Amino acid sequence: MKYFRLIWKNAWRKKIRTSLTILSVFVAFLLFALLSAIGYAFRGGVDVADAERLIVIHKISLINPLPMSYMNRIAATEGVDSVTHGSWFGGYYQDPRNHFGQFPVDPQAYFDMYPEFDIPEEQLEAFKRNRTGAVVGQEIAKKYGWKVGDRIPIQATIWSRIDGSRTWEFDLEGIFSTDDPRGSSPIMLFQYDYFEEARAFGKGTAGWYILRVANGANPVDVANAIDLQFANSPNETETSTEAAFSQSFAKQFGNIALIVTLVLGAVFFTLLLVSGNTMSQSVRERISEIAVLKTLGFGDRTVLGIVLSESILIMLIGGLLGLGLGWLGVQGLAKEMGTFLPGVFLSPVAIATGIAMMIGTGLLAGIFPALKAMRLSIIDALARA
Amino acid sequence: MRGLQQVFAVTLLNLRTLPQRVGSSVVAVIGVTAVVLVFAAVLSMAKGFERTMISAGSDDTAIIVRSGATSELTSGLSNDQVLIVADAPGVLKDGDTSIVSAELYVVVDVKKKSTNVDANVPFRGVQPGAFDVRKDVTLVDGRMFEPGKNEIIVGRAAQQEFVGLDTGSVVRFGQTEWDIVGTFAAGGSVSESELWTDIRVLQGAYRRGNSFQSVRVKLQSEESLADLKTALEDDPRIDPDVMSEKEYYSGQAEGLSRFIKIIGYPLTILMGIGAVFGALNSMYSSVSVRGKEIATLRALGFGPISILFSTMVESTLLALIGGLLGGAVAYLAFNGFQVSTLNGPSFSQVVFDFAVTPDLLIDGLQAALIIGALGGLFPAIRAARLPVAQALREL
Amino acid sequence: MSDVLARLEGVSRIYQKGKEKVEVLHALDLEIPDGDFVAIMGPSGSGKTTLLNLLGGLDKPTAGTITVGGSELSSMSNSQLSRWRSTNIGFIFQFYNLLPVLTAHRNVELPLLLTDFGGKERARRASIALDIVGLADRANHYPRELSGGQEQRVAIARAIVSDPPLLLCDEPTGDLDRDMSDEILRLLQVLNRDHGKTIVMVTHDAQAAEFAKRTLHCDKGTLEAKETA
Repeated sequence: MKYFRLIWKNAWRKKIRTSLTILSVFVAFLLFALLSAIGYAFRGGVDVADAERLIVIHKISLINPLPMSYMNRIAATEGVDSVTHGSWFGGYYQDPRNHFGQFPVDPQAYFDMYPEFDIPEEQLEAFKRNRTGAVVGQEIAKKYGWKVGDRIPIQATIWSRIDGSRTWEFDLEGIFSTDDPRGSSPIMLFQYDYFEEARAFGKGTAGWYILRVANGANPVDVANAIDLQFANSPNETETSTEAAFSQSFAKQFGNIALIVTLVLGAVFFTLLLVSGNTMSQSVRERISEIAVLKTLGFGDRTVLGIVLSESILIMLIGGLLGLGLGWLGVQGLAKEMGTFLPGVFLSPVAIATGIAMMIGTGLLAGIFPALKAMRLSIIDALARA
Repeated sequence: MRGLQQVFAVTLLNLRTLPQRVGSSVVAVIGVTAVVLVFAAVLSMAKGFERTMISAGSDDTAIIVRSGATSELTSGLSNDQVLIVADAPGVLKDGDTSIVSAELYVVVDVKKKSTNVDANVPFRGVQPGAFDVRKDVTLVDGRMFEPGKNEIIVGRAAQQEFVGLDTGSVVRFGQTEWDIVGTFAAGGSVSESELWTDIRVLQGAYRRGNSFQSVRVKLQSEESLADLKTALEDDPRIDPDVMSEKEYYSGQAEGLSRFIKIIGYPLTILMGIGAVFGALNSMYSSVSVRGKEIATLRALGFGPISILFSTMVESTLLALIGGLLGGAVAYLAFNGFQVSTLNGPSFSQVVFDFAVTPDLLIDGLQAALIIGALGGLFPAIRAARLPVAQALREL
Repeated sequence: MSDVLARLEGVSRIYQKGKEKVEVLHALDLEIPDGDFVAIMGPSGSGKTTLLNLLGGLDKPTAGTITVGGSELSSMSNSQLSRWRSTNIGFIFQFYNLLPVLTAHRNVELPLLLTDFGGKERARRASIALDIVGLADRANHYPRELSGGQEQRVAIARAIVSDPPLLLCDEPTGDLDRDMSDEILRLLQVLNRDHGKTIVMVTHDAQAAEFAKRTLHCDKGTLEAKETA
């Protein structure tokens, strides 16, 4: 609008002060972007969880295995479209610190259950055909520099083999990925049959079951039906939606959302002081100029608007730059942390919140100086000059 | 000495006029306070966690797990192997009996009070020697569990953190009910996050047969660790990792503690940069407000160094106040605050306190001083180089 | 010079200073015909600035009515007065009061931001105003790059850019030397004679008052005419 030049020029009347204020805003919103993205990761991929997938685990704890015999009984339960299983292998590659998820699975059934994982058709076929075959997510492949055809040794921490060794070797038959930026695939999948055959103990069990609810069926009803089947048995189950499961897992880390909010609260409180101080100094310096504007016929409310716009403008400049760099930072962070903290992502909700905060903080920082300008008595101000 | 007197005089004058510049001074102080507060909060989390984990381990106790296991949970030892360990050289004996405790733990779901959501709590089966191989384990409430019965004693921290673990309550894990008959303390260490029962009962309830995960032994001396290690590693019947308990717990703590620091240090640095910008802003404002005062002093013959110094002192002093304030608030607000989180290797909750330690506070003060110095330097140079004639003309 | 542009009837202005009441203007009657150029002189505290403020709608009388250009000011609200001022009054102050962050041209354009004119039209009118005061070549200079007299001329250009009928000047030459003062005063005469502006000028400088058509003396809140031919 036509007042923009006036607002812009006024904002920059003291270049160093405005630059430093913008830099403070920049840092605040950079932190906002980074912390929001990390907080998002701790929500455990809740947003990408499929509403139609349920997870069945042992009621006592996730680490207790479930009998394989349950699979058919789950499949036969009303409202279940398809079911497959997964188990925690818990090994590492070369160094105990290089740990990531490895799961023995039924290859075709697993990829059917997780259509968000993209894998070239021929790689999946090769995996299915090879008993000692394995496929990995592209994050893992990139991190360790693996290529299809490599022989990958994984050290087991739990599952020793019948032959006594704890080194399991796999042939890398494929690399899969997910194109949803909110999710990631830092895992390895191999053949359950091989696992079952070679492991020294625990045969006939799986870690958990994953099932897809049939069209039109109510997930809650299906979950209850499954748990009812195995109630009062030696291995009771607990079935929940994938989202609920991820969330309860994420919550075990603690109230990360609260921590992020508190830290950002401290950051923005400080920012408010800095920009509030800048704005009040800015207005104090030009009392007579504001009086002149009023004599020219600029209304009280117009003057209020001009001062508030100045405050918001400074916030927007610094804030958009901060969010921008923050977004870039998140891309890098996601790659770096992808293997041990997947799902670092700056969501659209976070960005919208950020912009709302720019405007909100701008209003709060500028409101008192703006009111002062609005209420300025022309005569007193000019008399003082 | 006139130079030094000049500097002191100007500095004192500057500080005396500080109350006139309350607005921007407060801003600088609060900026530093926020940085030190966040720094203290995050690092005290890491410290508290480390302290809880590591205080559990002592150098005169060794822990043996199966080789390659990343924690007790992923380890497995047979009864025979346990007996081999008990008879190995280096193990302290009480008369004829070795002081050992072969143990096994499972993870059970108990609701966390703070989130009201299930969390993984370690449920450990112990032998009578468990109290001798650990230091400072005492019953603080109720009584010890009776061998062979479904009775549990609960670690004090676990009782505070999770729902329904008071002495006298009954808990149900799966199909089995257990009576909570007592509460124990263990010097604030990680053991207090656990539930303990007789190992034979636990093995039975979770169908573990006669298998164990770990053996803790009391060493004859710190040096006996080497003998024990050699003896067990040479024995073909057992394939162990032998280490001091302290070393074991350090390893367990490493991942999470490193993670907290990887997030905490960059966060603090970014906030520190923001605080420097805030301090610069305040100091430039201070210098411009003091324009006449500085010009007058210069006209009277005070040298530029004294002006520079006084500005640096102002900036550093404000930052110092911020640092002290941040440290004080951190200490009063967080020190001893109990939280718990999931520790990867053990796949179970560890309950710990925030530990706002003196060295942490000192680090915070150092950070504050750096911010103060950086925030004051350029404004100080500008103040010293203020063109005197022009400033006086504007009087 | 037949129509009356501004009329004050029984105007009093009383200020409350703590417990005291200060009567600055006392039952004043004044008529200013259209096309007049009147100087108002008097000692400080005599109320001449208050009179100017009342004429410009910056202040409201405690008693009496003020009518300027047909509008009865004492009954208008603050926002109505603001709007009215933008097209009816041009102010010229002692200390130029230009916005330091804007160029001369942009300063002159300022009152036009309150109108519906588009950017091009505003720029055109501002250029015309600068032409009239003889500063077209300084259009892109900032106030700090101009001399005192030049700044005052920019202020005058700003005062006339929305073509108000009435110009109110408060000590317009108070801060200028003799030569620059004369330039400004001559300019005011041009605006009065050739552009039909009615001017009310408060001054303490008798020589400045001679440039006006008549002079009134303000003392203790009342006006006395001392007509000069």
